[in-house]
Amino acid sequence: MTQIVLSGVSKRYPGGHDALANVSLTVETGELVFITGHSGAGKSTLLKLMVAIERPTTGSVIVNGQNIGSLRARGIPFLRRNFGLVFQDHKLLFDRNAFENVMLPLDISGFDRREGARRARAALDKVGLLHKEKARPITLSGGEQQRLCIARAIVHRPAVLLADEPTGNLDAEYATEIGTLFSDFNQVGVTVVLATHDAQLAARLNPRVVTIRGGRLVE
Amino acid sequence: MKTWAAAHRRACASAFSRLWASPLANLLNISVIGIALALPLGFYVVLANLQGLARDFTPQPEISIFLAADANASDVRLIEQRLKARAGLAGFRFVPRMQALETLKSRSGLADVAAGLSGNPLPDAFVITAGANDAAALEILRAEFAAWPKVAEAHVDSDWARRLDSLLAIGRYAVMMLAAALALALIAITFNTIRLQILTQRDEIEVTKLIGATDGWIQRPFLYFGGLIGIAGGITAWLLTALSLLIFNSQLRPLAALYGVPLELVHLPWADSLFALLFAAGLGWFGAWLSVRRHLSAHNPH
Repeated sequence: MTQIVLSGVSKRYPGGHDALANVSLTVETGELVFITGHSGAGKSTLLKLMVAIERPTTGSVIVNGQNIGSLRARGIPFLRRNFGLVFQDHKLLFDRNAFENVMLPLDISGFDRREGARRARAALDKVGLLHKEKARPITLSGGEQQRLCIARAIVHRPAVLLADEPTGNLDAEYATEIGTLFSDFNQVGVTVVLATHDAQLAARLNPRVVTIRGGRLVE
Repeated sequence: MKTWAAAHRRACASAFSRLWASPLANLLNISVIGIALALPLGFYVVLANLQGLARDFTPQPEISIFLAADANASDVRLIEQRLKARAGLAGFRFVPRMQALETLKSRSGLADVAAGLSGNPLPDAFVITAGANDAAALEILRAEFAAWPKVAEAHVDSDWARRLDSLLAIGRYAVMMLAAALALALIAITFNTIRLQILTQRDEIEVTKLIGATDGWIQRPFLYFGGLIGIAGGITAWLLTALSLLIFNSQLRPLAALYGVPLELVHLPWADSLFALLFAAGLGWFGAWLSVRRHLSAHNPH
């Protein structure tokens, strides 16, 4: 049960750039939400606020009834473990193989290694990379790297998946695969919030679409 | 509890693998730490040995009372009784003037001097072993004895031992200051080593932090690493000191044989050695902690 409520949120970066202005948005449990808009419109900032990578300048961000704008630094890791994060640049670790990359979230939360290995393989299987578990990320294609990133995001069975431009660097065919994956996760009850400027993707999956323009919501 | 132990085991293993990952650089670091620590450790060992020697040579400070030349047997008995009655003395012995002269004669080189004497110029004397050890108490005792009837003079014989003691005390301060300076150096070395390591593992730190790692989890391998190079440096210092003692003792032995005394420097006792190692580990740990802390706080949200 993870509800995300942003109310009257503004974010001004040091230097005076206003990324978001008075944004209010509620994401209910199990929703599939696309946040669309041009690059620089504030999509990434919106996602970053939900996992306390950034703090709002004004307004409040409430996850599960907890105001995370004022969450203390030592509480942040535990907040983030409720989320699965998918990054446009994957943020994979290149000094270890695919399997170890997927194990990382489980190691972090102190998960039993053997049970963890089972889960990691299940996650790799889900994204179709089980046959490449020993491969180094550098040897994988862009689409495979993105799928590996998704496997890492879902391995600890988060309640919410946040994806920032997950299909940004991929051609149409890969983008479709990735889109279908997110749709599948949503089908089994995971809340999915996806920032993208890929209109085609949105058209196929029929999600709730939230559009940001110049830091303001146009729903 | 089980996961906590497992996390520490993994952090420790990871620290070891980082140590192996760049053996040459780490070996150099450990040598630098080892040499830096060997200096105060070596000085300390030498001081501890000197102190032991000083203790062997002066078991107890002594006060000598010289009686007046005209003191007779009953005066001696009177003083003996007063000494017996006086509380707080460890013991005393009487040295009659005849015995003192015999002793003087038996000393090589002084026999001629003694033979040249017409009479016995030496007075009767008492040598008192004081129970007290500090200078103030000894001085009070000395003054008390000097005021007794038929006592010509009273001397405290432990002056040289006390001088040595205070010299050693100064030495101990010097060692402590040196140790403090080099402890700072050790902290600086680990700080910098860890800083370089953090730079090469920047991505890992950023990613793990983004996906929910606590600061404790992230810093643990670095802390273990700092502790490890601290311990390794401490062991190096210990071995360097042991080697120096070995060489020094081989040079000292012929000299000691010439004087007919067993003279050999010994290393720190095991308990002290262990403490020194733990101290080095603690310093390494602290240096790493300072370094990691500074870096991690830069990742907090604004």
